[in-house]
Amino acid sequence: MAQVSITVNGKRRSADVEPRLLLVHFLREHLNLTGAHVGCDTSQCGACTVLLDGRSAKSCTIFAVQADGAEVTTIEGLADGDRLHPLQEGFWEEHGLQCGYCTPGMIMSAVNLLNDNPAPTEQDIRDGLDGNLCRCTGYQHIVNAVQHAAGRTREG
Amino acid sequence: MIPTAFDYARATSLDDAIARLQAAGGAGKLLAGGHSLVPLMKLRLSEPAVLIDIGHIPDLAGIRESDGVVEIGANTRHHDVATSALLRERCPVVADTAAVIGDPQVRNRGTLGGSLAHADPAADYPAAMLAVDADLHLKGPGGWRVVKARDFFQGVFTVDLAADEILAKVTFAASRASAYAKLHQRASRFAIVGVAAALETGGGIIRTARVGLTGAASSPSRLAGVEAALAGQPATAAAAAAAARGAGDGVSELNADIHGSAEYRRAMIPVFTRRALEAALARAGG
Repeated sequence: MAQVSITVNGKRRSADVEPRLLLVHFLREHLNLTGAHVGCDTSQCGACTVLLDGRSAKSCTIFAVQADGAEVTTIEGLADGDRLHPLQEGFWEEHGLQCGYCTPGMIMSAVNLLNDNPAPTEQDIRDGLDGNLCRCTGYQHIVNAVQHAAGRTREG
Repeated sequence: MIPTAFDYARATSLDDAIARLQAAGGAGKLLAGGHSLVPLMKLRLSEPAVLIDIGHIPDLAGIRESDGVVEIGANTRHHDVATSALLRERCPVVADTAAVIGDPQVRNRGTLGGSLAHADPAADYPAAMLAVDADLHLKGPGGWRVVKARDFFQGVFTVDLAADEILAKVTFAASRASAYAKLHQRASRFAIVGVAAALETGGGIIRTARVGLTGAASSPSRLAGVEAALAGQPATAAAAAAAARGAGDGVSELNADIHGSAEYRRAMIPVFTRRALEAALARAGG
């Protein structure tokens, strides 16, 4: 067993874990944060995307021990109390989801994108979400949702 | 999917990592970004007993240039290579290549050293390292040794790296007139055919050319015929197109899979060679 201490959504969380425990399972099963989903489990679909030290990462492809001492943000850490994050609001307003399974990962990737590029073009958004698969929407409403959020963020 | 159990250790320095590799006696594996190794471990195609995490060794990441020689630390992530102002200005082929690896999340975690040491035949970086004629700096129990990129890649997932050695950094001369072009697999973004070109031009003439190929065959290679055809030619798109014609003819051990037959790959090599050469020429200063 290995002792890990990871700051998740601003709170320091410590546990004894097996080194082979994946970060996504640490979040879901040890911390009960079930927003990061296990989709393909092969580093392709992006449903497990979280921010690791501020940058998007697929938590199914990282061992929890690798994140010891790091900061992790999950979808549960975005809203400010009852006030949705601009990207959550964008997905709500623009109907950016159908079944919702990919949505937490889509939003975390979009956070990474807007941090790097606050005013993305449509192509920038499609490139920025290249690591996330959605099998319902055809992506257009997701692009609209990110554009909505980018506009809101710029308005401040 | 759950990997086989293993012991985990965080290396504090290169020497610490080498000592741990020796202590593991062949059952140890280095972990950097983990975006090649962890998927293989989840499939249990790789079952190391000891995982030595080199991701937190100080000074193993970073991009710098002195006296025209660029150095990239092995732990430098693809995102940092892709967005490096230094590389974009001084040696764009390397930044080009990093920018089209995988997807944003993969580029945020994957490292240059990890990709090169893993040597997936469809990886992007090997072509760029061949085109810039990179030196790979390896450290082992006996000290440092330097291997040329063209000697490092020996076959499918096979490189000139001993079980107790670590690829620590790469160095190469900056090449402004350089570019990467690839035909990518639509889902994985791996290269079906990837071509990196680095040209030295002057007075409107191509003085020397180096062209690296990846994805198409069992291991990356230089396209010597194209390089010879370009030397001394005018630095024009017409000369590039003429040199690229037949670029696939001499390539042996072509890959074939559901994404493309050997014939298809051979046909695409000249297409992407021409595109890489044209993009490189567009960046030439004259």
